[in-house]
Amino acid sequence: MRIHTTRRLLGALAVVSALALSATACGSDAADGGSGSAGPKDVAAALAKGGKVTVWAWEPTLKKVAEDFEKKYPKVDVELVNAGTGDKQYTALQNAIAAGSGAPDVAQVEYYALGQFTIAKSVEDLAPYGAQKHALDFTGGPWNAVHQDKSIYALPMDSGPMAFFYNKKVFDKHSIKVPTTWDEYVDAARALHKADPKVFIANDTGDAGATTSLIWQAGGRPYKTDGTDVTVDFGDEGTKKYTATWQKLLDEKLVAPVTSWSDAWYKGLADGSIATLSTGAWMPANLSSGVASASGDWRVAPLPQWTKGAKASAENGGSSLAVPKAAKNKELAYAFTEFATTGAGASSRIAQGAFPATRADLESKAFLDTAFPYFGGQKANQIFAESAKNVGTDWSYLPYQVYANSIFNDTVGKAYVSPTKLTDGLKAWQDASVKYGNDQGFTVNK
Amino acid sequence: MTTTLTRTPSATTATTAKRRARRPHTPLDPRPSIPLTLVTGLVLVYTLLPLAWLLINATKDQKGLLGSFGLWFADDFNLWDNVTRTLTYDDGVFVRWLLNTLLYVAAGAGGATVLAVLGGYALAKYDFPGRKAVFAVVIGAVAVPGTALAVPTFLMFSKMGLTNTPWAVIIPSLISPFGLYLMWVFAAEAVPKELLEAARIDGSGELRTFFTIALPLLTPGTVTVLLFSMVATWNNYFLPLIMIKDPDWYPLTLGLNAWNAQAQTAGGEAVFDLIVTGSLLTIVPIVAVFLLLQRYWQSGLAAGSVKE
Repeated sequence: MRIHTTRRLLGALAVVSALALSATACGSDAADGGSGSAGPKDVAAALAKGGKVTVWAWEPTLKKVAEDFEKKYPKVDVELVNAGTGDKQYTALQNAIAAGSGAPDVAQVEYYALGQFTIAKSVEDLAPYGAQKHALDFTGGPWNAVHQDKSIYALPMDSGPMAFFYNKKVFDKHSIKVPTTWDEYVDAARALHKADPKVFIANDTGDAGATTSLIWQAGGRPYKTDGTDVTVDFGDEGTKKYTATWQKLLDEKLVAPVTSWSDAWYKGLADGSIATLSTGAWMPANLSSGVASASGDWRVAPLPQWTKGAKASAENGGSSLAVPKAAKNKELAYAFTEFATTGAGASSRIAQGAFPATRADLESKAFLDTAFPYFGGQKANQIFAESAKNVGTDWSYLPYQVYANSIFNDTVGKAYVSPTKLTDGLKAWQDASVKYGNDQGFTVNK
Repeated sequence: MTTTLTRTPSATTATTAKRRARRPHTPLDPRPSIPLTLVTGLVLVYTLLPLAWLLINATKDQKGLLGSFGLWFADDFNLWDNVTRTLTYDDGVFVRWLLNTLLYVAAGAGGATVLAVLGGYALAKYDFPGRKAVFAVVIGAVAVPGTALAVPTFLMFSKMGLTNTPWAVIIPSLISPFGLYLMWVFAAEAVPKELLEAARIDGSGELRTFFTIALPLLTPGTVTVLLFSMVATWNNYFLPLIMIKDPDWYPLTLGLNAWNAQAQTAGGEAVFDLIVTGSLLTIVPIVAVFLLLQRYWQSGLAAGSVKE
């Protein structure tokens, strides 16, 4: 018993000194986080003791991970709850945190939404639990999204480096070349729609995630956050590149007025009337389950470029697992988070079709050589992995991006249904975002 | 052209005249009206079209659902396969949701009916101080939509630690101001005061009088209230939505919505075929109940409308 205690003390000491070493100027951060006693050893102790972890997530691959976790730690009971997807869940989470009861121990949070919870300090800093040791396990983009200075607010679960999905059958039928630049994309859009008026190169009714991702790829960095100082500027070069091209598509009515994820969208993807998708690498799972009938028609290519010959990419979607401050058993919550995002948990999720945020998996030969029957046997992961490497750096979302995205259609959306120009729509979005931010106590554009 | 124009009106008048001669139209046997028939026909089509769509599309697999015309069958018939898959998908969670819904309906709507019958009878047949106040409260409560009360109810239940349990759905469902009002009005008409007085004179206690004399007379009203609360609880979406986060306690409405949301997220599995079949299975019990109880509630609606 005594030996055990001593070893535990030594272990804790080792952790503390390691953290003190790694933390240069603001070493107090680590000690402040959590109850002060939290550390890897406590995580191990909590696992041995057992208990219940409630996980709010909508990701279907986590089911298997939860089973595996329970098998490995029989005393732990993982309760997986689908509390809604995306903003529905964030609202529920926010409410549960505000109400002081009912918050889960672990929550799935997309990268774009994480800022909202970190700035409000409603998620636990995972660094004291030993999360720092995973810094190099994850790819740059996702890791950049979950940490700030020495604090780690979540562990990346998956990522969405962008790629270009196209319906080869449709392109072949009209003998149109697959675009490699956005200018060629506009030409292809015209050619396709002319060859068959029912066919559109893409669907778009105004989607905040897609727009910001393409601005990201074009080199635009409209959002900058430094503590509570926030800048919103949709006037930079990257944004201009995006609006110039997309405005052409809107003016000539070359995009289908179909909202993504609706059943009409799935129908369009199945019958070829929506011929391409520029989206995250998680899309194959959705294609094979939702558009099974078009299996073999689709292929993957690198995202069209803003400059010929460039290799720029961006992220679209992707989510992390965070531990709310209100969690009842934070040590167990961290243990599950770590299990699900690294090692065996990550591999199990990849095997089920998730797209990894872990370097080791992205670089593994087995992963790169996986042939996708859906894409006619194409080794699509090679394109995705290449894209993951080329994701533009320094991107950040607003600390209240969930709100900003919710008003996208009231502002930028007008460009899709009225003569309003995209530039004006983005300006209106910017103004609304600035106003909201200032009302919430941020210092925006000052 | 001209001949037709001149002939048609006269022909119509002739037939109408002939009909009129044969069988005079009375208020009880009104003359058939073509515009009215047309409008009714349109409404009928409008009402039945979604149902037809549901029936037809429950026979398609996902491929057929996305690839074929909505109001006609696809090449293959997958209804039985769809039903099996709906009932077994995700470890048979649909069955669990069905049982949850049955629990909420039995406890919630059943309880609401019992309370409404007891309360309505008491308000109609007993004179006690504060009766007017109760009346005002009930009428006021009918005017407040349940949706407006949902959030305060949530906060209250959250404080009591009842959210995420079946109680959070059952307890609010027990309160049906409309049912109470209906039973009150019905009891006032359907149970003659003289009958109750006769029973009292014969020495029957109040409880016995209620169960043996009043209750049978109240049956049509009771069934009506039961039916209304059953349908309301069966279809209830908003209350469970804010109260329940644990899928194990979802009613069918929330469960089907959760399946639908699966298609709207990265990495989620689209199961449109199961949603359509699930929706069909969801309405079957309520349609059956409606048909079985129809004769009771029809007579219930008519009661009290005619002075005998």
